Amino acid sequence: MNQCVICQTNRAQVIRPKNGQKICKSCFLEVFELEIHTTIVENNIFPNRGERVAIGASGGKDSTVLAATLKALNERYDYGVEFVLLSIDEGIHGYRDDSLETVKRNAIQYEMELCIVGYDTLYGWTMDKVVEMVGRKGNCTYCGVFRRQALDRGAKQLDISHILTGHNADDIAETVLMNFLRGDLPRLGRCAEIMTASPTSAMKRSKPLKYAYEKEIVLYAHYRELDYFSTECVYSPEAFRGNARSLLKELEKIRPSSVLDIVRSGEQLVHDAIGPNKLRYEEQNEWYEGGKGSENDKHILGNLKSPPGHGTTHQTTDGSRIQTIGVCENCGYMSSQPICKACVLVDSLNKTNASVGVSLGGGQTIH
Amino acid sequence: MSADTIPLKIELAGGLELLFDNEKKLNVDLPAKMEDGAAANINYLVEYLCVHCMKDPRREMFQLNGTVRAGILVLINDADWELEGEGEYELQPKDTILFVSTLHGG
Repeated sequence: MNQCVICQTNRAQVIRPKNGQKICKSCFLEVFELEIHTTIVENNIFPNRGERVAIGASGGKDSTVLAATLKALNERYDYGVEFVLLSIDEGIHGYRDDSLETVKRNAIQYEMELCIVGYDTLYGWTMDKVVEMVGRKGNCTYCGVFRRQALDRGAKQLDISHILTGHNADDIAETVLMNFLRGDLPRLGRCAEIMTASPTSAMKRSKPLKYAYEKEIVLYAHYRELDYFSTECVYSPEAFRGNARSLLKELEKIRPSSVLDIVRSGEQLVHDAIGPNKLRYEEQNEWYEGGKGSENDKHILGNLKSPPGHGTTHQTTDGSRIQTIGVCENCGYMSSQPICKACVLVDSLNKTNASVGVSLGGGQTIH
Repeated sequence: MSADTIPLKIELAGGLELLFDNEKKLNVDLPAKMEDGAAANINYLVEYLCVHCMKDPRREMFQLNGTVRAGILVLINDADWELEGEGEYELQPKDTILFVSTLHGG
């Protein structure tokens, strides 16, 4: 029998990918939580007692594990913060409606307030309607742009200025790989940061699970019998991320530390190659950030031209662009363009819609 | 119980159940010996599940290169299969084998 190297009593049930340690179930649950607490303390994620903080909750494994551990840690170590679950309803039948039911149960289980913001009320369009209009190719662009704003808008409605997301080490390593393969150094830097804040927005975003392996998140959810929902978006093939993910999982099989090594490489590359001062906001809606955006975004949105005078774009000697931020003239959301991407997309949807003569219930642009 | 088969409890989670007609638990009587006469192991079980139980045609979502696809965790009686010899682990009667995907989103 393999014995746990920590308690030296119980049967080992887990091999930790980061260091190969063989440990038992109860020691695993303990070190997993302790490491997240360490991440929180070392990065000063909760500087203000009494603050209300939103957890972006999808009902999936990552955000469910995030909510469960944060509830436990907040009670154990007394961060003195109050958590609110913030969910986005993209309006995708057969995908989001089931996972939202999970979030509703989580809200009761973890005794947290729940706020659901829908694309239909924010933008006048559900993703089902967007796909009906634009087809399955490129619809992820709409969803990615809409989602990022939706989280911010939802938090604002709640008078909250800090959003936590469930991005784990594997998510970040994938994004580092993707940005590396694209030669996108500014995004590579941002995606590896644990906390991001913008100079023009009060909204702060943090990833407390940044150093947690996906494998350990799934094991944690399994051993604690957490209630989560797994599904795949019915519209998203996500080809490029899928390849990066497969590559990462194959690498992990051969050398389990690869995942965290790539995360560390992302941090170091940026630190050494660009330096934090030059890391500005290349583009405003950073839906790539550590996240699950689409490789089509850049292609489609690359066609949007920015007139001079709003925000400024500097071409640096290495050819990368650095932009400064203004606000959208239409909706007031921060934007590097006169009109933010969400408003541009909504406007194009409404125009297409009018031209084909389909009437739309509640279809209005945002103000 | 026939000596020619091994009774097993199979569990599917994390989205893998979608490949098995949403069945989260299966009882399987696996042939005790593989074609070459050796004792049945996890890799053989995976092959058996693909042929006899999986409803979805996308076999590569579960099995790749003769074993479980990377990114799917395997727990043998609630312990990481890496502790038990992975695909080469020889199955014992009444083992519970959990396959849980880490590849699906929320």
